[in-house]
Amino acid sequence: MSVENTRNQKHPASALAAGTPAPKFTLPSTPDQKVSLEDFRGRPVILAFYPADWSPVCGDQMALYNEILPEFKRHNAELLGISVDGAWCHSAYRQHRNLHFSLLADFEPKGEVARQYGVYREGEGVSQRALFVLDGDGLVSWSYVSPIAVNPGADGILTALENLSAKGAQNGK
Amino acid sequence: MESRMVAKLSLPVSERDHMQGSPAASVTLVEYGDFECPHCGAAHLIVKKIQKMVGDQLRFVFRHFPLTQMHPHAERAAEAAEAAGAQGRFWQMHDLLFENQQTLSDRHLLLFAEALDLDTERFARELAEGVHQPRVREDFMSGVRSGVNGTPTFFINSIRHDGAFDLDPLLYAIERAVE
Repeated sequence: MSVENTRNQKHPASALAAGTPAPKFTLPSTPDQKVSLEDFRGRPVILAFYPADWSPVCGDQMALYNEILPEFKRHNAELLGISVDGAWCHSAYRQHRNLHFSLLADFEPKGEVARQYGVYREGEGVSQRALFVLDGDGLVSWSYVSPIAVNPGADGILTALENLSAKGAQNGK
Repeated sequence: MESRMVAKLSLPVSERDHMQGSPAASVTLVEYGDFECPHCGAAHLIVKKIQKMVGDQLRFVFRHFPLTQMHPHAERAAEAAEAAGAQGRFWQMHDLLFENQQTLSDRHLLLFAEALDLDTERFARELAEGVHQPRVREDFMSGVRSGVNGTPTFFINSIRHDGAFDLDPLLYAIERAVE
């Protein structure tokens, strides 16, 4: 995303609610690779915003999602972790924790994607601990902001994915 | 945005569970734990102390939550506890595993089975065949669906304990539940 088209944009005051179109973005997943939300059109996407790599609570949260990845895959869902840390930091963290999903660097302009989703913490300069489940059409189907010190676990995500799958089955998708 | 999630035990404590203490106890403490997790090792000693202090008022249940990507021996250790459980020695193995967290290779698991006087042939066969995998998986998924968010996670009378698991805060929460 370019700086020009985001600077003047108004940011939502709180986390985007169900039914809202998910803002598009392209962010680095490694120092030389980028991931676009558009890449996953047609499949559910889980966005897990978290404050920072290396903090103990995050470690637990990302380790937990790493463990539950097969369950997410059963719903054909893609999990993307997002924090304001840089791509090199993410690489080291990912390797250290043996994580099997992408961590995106919301680094430049700092926290811009978190702002667009209404989950940036101005004072601290990090994102909230926030979860979004997007449907295949790119609409938010569920979102949740956890108290920053509390790992939200994965139950809410799985329930949201199950609801999506049930809806898809109803619509004959 | 959904405003709150109540973290409650999704799979009620029942006959399927490994339990210590009286079924008539007024408080049930459920731990989701991983035998290779150092925090669970520390919590193990704290739970022991609390069991002594609270006595009959407390029933303790242990369920498996192996973080296999972080802890390469956690899954096998969990299955070893179940294999010992199949021979009536779950808690003895549970204690041995927590007391020997640095040595949880298959060779060590077999030594523990010997030390507990188990039928080691059966024990080794059940581990090799993954007989207890489904049970460990069931524990794990019940934890996921209950809002387990790391190890150890405790539930006091089915409600997730979000405070610290040091002796004082955990004991305080349990004593409040007794009242």
